[in-house]
Amino acid sequence: MTMTMDASDQQMGPVTSPRRRPRRRPKTSDIVLWTLVAILLILTLFPFYWSLRTALSSNRSLPTNSTSLLPGEFSIGGFERALGLASTEESLAAGGSGAEINFLQALMNSAIVATMVTVGQVLCCSMAAYAFARLRFPGRDKLFFVVLTSLMIPPIFTLLPNFIFVQQRGWLNTYHGIAAPTLLMTPFAIFFMRQFFLTIPHEIEEAASIDGAGRFRTFFRIVLPMSASSVTTLAVLTFITQWNDYLWPKLVGQDESVRVLTASLGNFRSQTPQGTPDWSGLMAATWVSIIPIIILLLLVGKRLVDSIQFSGIK
Amino acid sequence: MAVTAETIRVKQKWDKRQIGVAALFLAPAMLGFVVFYLRPTVIGFSNSFTDKELLRPKSEFVGVENYREMFQDDVFWNALWVTLKYVVINIGVQTVFAIVIAWILDRLSGSRVLRTLFLTPWLMSNVVVALLFLWILDFRLGVMNSFLNSIGLPSQPFFSSQEWAIPTVAFINVWRHMGYTALLLFAGIQTIPKSVKEAALVDGCGEIQRFFKVTLPLLRPVFAVVLVITVIGSFQIYDTIDVTTEGGPVNASRVIYVYIFDQAFARRNFGYASAMAVALFVILAAVTVMQMRLLRANESDLA
Repeated sequence: MTMTMDASDQQMGPVTSPRRRPRRRPKTSDIVLWTLVAILLILTLFPFYWSLRTALSSNRSLPTNSTSLLPGEFSIGGFERALGLASTEESLAAGGSGAEINFLQALMNSAIVATMVTVGQVLCCSMAAYAFARLRFPGRDKLFFVVLTSLMIPPIFTLLPNFIFVQQRGWLNTYHGIAAPTLLMTPFAIFFMRQFFLTIPHEIEEAASIDGAGRFRTFFRIVLPMSASSVTTLAVLTFITQWNDYLWPKLVGQDESVRVLTASLGNFRSQTPQGTPDWSGLMAATWVSIIPIIILLLLVGKRLVDSIQFSGIK
Repeated sequence: MAVTAETIRVKQKWDKRQIGVAALFLAPAMLGFVVFYLRPTVIGFSNSFTDKELLRPKSEFVGVENYREMFQDDVFWNALWVTLKYVVINIGVQTVFAIVIAWILDRLSGSRVLRTLFLTPWLMSNVVVALLFLWILDFRLGVMNSFLNSIGLPSQPFFSSQEWAIPTVAFINVWRHMGYTALLLFAGIQTIPKSVKEAALVDGCGEIQRFFKVTLPLLRPVFAVVLVITVIGSFQIYDTIDVTTEGGPVNASRVIYVYIFDQAFARRNFGYASAMAVALFVILAAVTVMQMRLLRANESDLA
């Protein structure tokens, strides 16, 4: 490591010296490090780019044009097939299976389930977190400890009995069946909101209670609006987690009327008949499911990154 | 001490109205907790002592029969072995990458745009990530094999080779998680006081030396927590394998999660699957305790 740095020192020295700034000249090690960052970034982003490039190519051009960075033969057919806009004949001719999964329906199902869970979980967990952070009742800290401990239980452990529970109630292939286990709470959401409520000064609530506001009013009119940024962050995290969830939706929602995107995409491989899969259509479908997350990232990326970082050091 | 605690408890008067309000605030979340966390945890344990089957209402108590069967089940041991192989490759490589990224971010700029870009893969679902790599690593048309051919290497059947299936899945998840892990470690590095780093510089420490002798040791408590989180997650690998190899070829990538699922849903042996879930639970708890001990996570060298 030191060797390479010394070697590049001699190489880069003369190149950078004419542009040397008066106060701080770019150190050679900086240049090496920026190069490393660039390589790591390319590694991180390349798969996304490559799938977009494939989504915008025609299937026909894929075998002959397997390495060029631009689509061999530009086509939006992949997206048309993914969204069910192409007719069966068109789709078959372009290398599709002719029986594409209805991604538009899956997209809607994902949006419905993720929205249900986000609204339910954020509301219920904020209320519970407020009780844990601010209200006094016997056994409060013990109860909170029990809730936190359940973070340690591997999801598969609870998943098996939960499946039977949902099945016995006839909730298989329903939206509420898919949403049920996370609709009302996750230990993380309670923990996250409690951490925030603990930082709000007591005086604010006291002032409100002098003004005659009850606990409910204080919470919904004063505390919750004050917590808008934390609530948004939690909502986005919850939405993304639910949007990406695969295992449970796959188990309880196989029917096409409720099947979410991840479950539909996961089916792709087993549904592909012998021969070459419709790579272009598949990559387009993948991008369809990525886009909402990218939009969320653009909107609240800053807060999201900060809060994930914060959850790490606690 | 006990006396004072006792006196406080006697003296403390609960505001009954506040208890009522608290109950209302807690009710919805606690309903979810009891029905979907507490109840299934208890049932999961008790199911592991029965011969419960999916779609059959009656089940009988069989004692430790499931556990005895488990200890004699070669596929179970194989699943543990395969999972362990995956965890070692995944965590080993991922941690090195993450430390390097975190260190560079701290050294160059903590630019949030950069951090966000590195985090992107982690925000994508496992299914999407698996499909991206299914395509990139495809035997006939994948760009990875074109690349290998161009430097004179033969094409590799990444997902359908017994030898490569697990390392391939492990590397896919290194790609997905390294930015996230780096972000957590970066936050940890930022908590190390500047004065300590500068002191090392004054003492004539080189960049690399400073990293190994100052940054890394002081990062230990954060590092331990991050390692516990990532190792627990790594043991529960399922989605990527379900989409790509489905446990194959043969049992080469049949990790413990996949095997539990096979038993529970394909073969309907719910009792047996529950016993294996208990085993996984115990293993995870043991691994966590061991890591915390080894890395002395609760002590800081900064004090």
